[in-house]
Amino acid sequence: MNASTHLSRREALARLGVLLGGALIGGDTWLRGGTVPGKNPGLAFSSDDIALLDEIGETIIPTTDTPGAKAAGIGAFIAMMVTDCYDHAQHTAFKAGLDRLRREGFLQATPAERTAHLNTLNAELNQSRTLKKAAQPDTFFKMAKQLTILGYFTSEIGATQVLDFNEVPGRLDGNVPYKKGDRIPWTPPSRSL
Amino acid sequence: MAASTLSYDAIVVGSGIAGGWAAKELTEKGLKVLLLDRGKNIEHIKDYTNALKAPWELPHRGKSPAELIASHPVLSRDVLNEANADWWANEQDCPYTEVKPFDWFRGYQVGGRSLLWGRQSYRWSDFDFEANAKEGIAVDWPVRYADLESWYDYVETFAGISGSLEGLPQLPDGKFMPPMELNCVEQDVAARIRKRFNDQRRLIIGRVANLTQPHNNRVNCQYRNKCWLGCPFGAYFSTQSATLPAAVATGNLTLRPYAIVTRLLYDQDARRATGVEVLDAETHQTTEYKAKLVFLCASTFNSTWVLMNSATDIWPEGLGSSSGELGHNAMDHHFRVGATGSVEGFADRIIYGNRANGFYIPRFRNLFGDRRDYLRGFGYQGAASRSGWERDVAELGIGAPLKEALSEPGPWTIGMTGFGETLPYHDNRIFLDRSTKDKWGLPVLAMDCSIRDNEHKMRRDMQDDAAEMLEAAGIKHVVKTDRGYNFGRGIHEMGTARMGRDPKSSVLNGNNQVWDAPNVFVTDGACMTSAACVNPSLTYMALTARAAEFAVTELKKGNL
Repeated sequence: MNASTHLSRREALARLGVLLGGALIGGDTWLRGGTVPGKNPGLAFSSDDIALLDEIGETIIPTTDTPGAKAAGIGAFIAMMVTDCYDHAQHTAFKAGLDRLRREGFLQATPAERTAHLNTLNAELNQSRTLKKAAQPDTFFKMAKQLTILGYFTSEIGATQVLDFNEVPGRLDGNVPYKKGDRIPWTPPSRSL
Repeated sequence: MAASTLSYDAIVVGSGIAGGWAAKELTEKGLKVLLLDRGKNIEHIKDYTNALKAPWELPHRGKSPAELIASHPVLSRDVLNEANADWWANEQDCPYTEVKPFDWFRGYQVGGRSLLWGRQSYRWSDFDFEANAKEGIAVDWPVRYADLESWYDYVETFAGISGSLEGLPQLPDGKFMPPMELNCVEQDVAARIRKRFNDQRRLIIGRVANLTQPHNNRVNCQYRNKCWLGCPFGAYFSTQSATLPAAVATGNLTLRPYAIVTRLLYDQDARRATGVEVLDAETHQTTEYKAKLVFLCASTFNSTWVLMNSATDIWPEGLGSSSGELGHNAMDHHFRVGATGSVEGFADRIIYGNRANGFYIPRFRNLFGDRRDYLRGFGYQGAASRSGWERDVAELGIGAPLKEALSEPGPWTIGMTGFGETLPYHDNRIFLDRSTKDKWGLPVLAMDCSIRDNEHKMRRDMQDDAAEMLEAAGIKHVVKTDRGYNFGRGIHEMGTARMGRDPKSSVLNGNNQVWDAPNVFVTDGACMTSAACVNPSLTYMALTARAAEFAVTELKKGNL
């Protein structure tokens, strides 16, 4: 199976999930029934961790003509989600990945260096998917990326400034003209909000 | 009426779709009715606490924290959501036993699963009502479409079902509100399927209990697609939005939450129930309520549980067990197989509004001369949509290009899953597990159910036909899907107290009366004699309204 087929299949499954309440992006990472969760007091996130996560999130979704992930409070969101929604192994791997990035001087790097560094991790993630290797080595970046995207596009900034959030659409139109540059309606994550 | 009153004309056990209808019909006919529910009250709109929250106001954005998963080991297999988790049964208080894997998703609160249901609403046809008799399966239904047609009209008109008129014999048209629309991709796929299969297969908009016009002080659907949080507009049919207000308006209703019915009180000489015994879920106090009529609408398996615990001094296996069928013939719809694919084109089109509905492909197998190596058939539910910010664009890396890409619409995709009929097997059964007790010391249900060869053969077609139709419609990267199925996952539990024509082989007669207690009516999913392949709730509504009319007529004649 080549990469594009793989992606389209994942995507198709995710969209089917929208209707049927099923699995979604990160469906292979989120906790499920049967997983034994564990709270890890020793793995608590410090304010330094959150500051680092803010910078990582901002590198993934930067400020452009609209605010980036840091403005949306992404560091605190990721720390909360990793603590609440992942199992012990994932939590541990995430913390290890975060510590490694700190040791590698992520905070001291320029924005361009940060982008290059995370793009390297992103490429490794893509490669591991294509080769269907065990996901363990890229747990950190995979989680960081997914949580940044989730946190950003469900934040008030992402939903209302980047997308067009309307709590009460009031009508349905399944054939609306679109051209590049149009702001598109916000859509909920597949696991229903 | 004071809640301390102990005597009523009728008692309705359970306040979900069937119980809500029973309460409405009986109160409107002048009976004083006590409506019981085992769970807490949920007040319409006021208690829909998360319905109007913005996405960023839900802490985990709808994901399930580990603690929630740990406390919902069954619900977390599928539908668990932090935004409505307290509308499902407390799994620690209310365990059950899985002899074989069984997903039991229960709604223990006033309104039951009417607050949480999928709202797809389809009539059965005589292909369904006649199938058992024609094929020699189980027992014959004691009713036909002609017996229910006017009742379908009646309940659709009140509930508000939107849908299109199609003239299909296997999926009778009804009294519909204007249909929601298929989106541009679905319309294109529908036209191609219709042409390719000579109109023998048809993709239509789902028939759904969401208003498309204002109705009875309810606002039409606002296309938020958050029905499972409760609708502040009352746009989808639920007990709270529709039947309960009607029943309350009569002045004849008493609603009592936290009322666990432990058994029916039974007078052996009169062969009648005299009332119910209620255990208060909060105080653990027991009260006996008396009535001339009892409607058992406690949800499929819990109605059977009540029967199993009633009149055990006469029948050790409970009221209705003289047939040997109580607890047997459990059914569900098996599903989660189908196909998905990518759509080429339509890049200059997007969707506005979140449609609380999908498309439907009515059954075409084993009909009109088609013959397969299995009995019965299946329908499909699905949707086409444009992918959004959740899609994977890994090749773009991170940073501004990723942000820009996710701010734009992604490719259109389409998917569908089949919903297949499960045959009524006598040894698909539920029974009391007396070794396991719930929070109140009551014996729990054990589930021993599985799908068999007929269903497994059908599932192959459910995959293959879905892929064939998508490919015929020009869809690319078509992938067959099978996401697995546990019995019960369809949340369409049916059977275990079936209707029939003979007290020796059925629990209920053609008017939903327990053969051994004619003033007890069971009108929820427990009564079903077969499962068909369409969603069953509309049929519960019709059967309940019909039974209520019959019950009141008989009561007035002095026959009950």
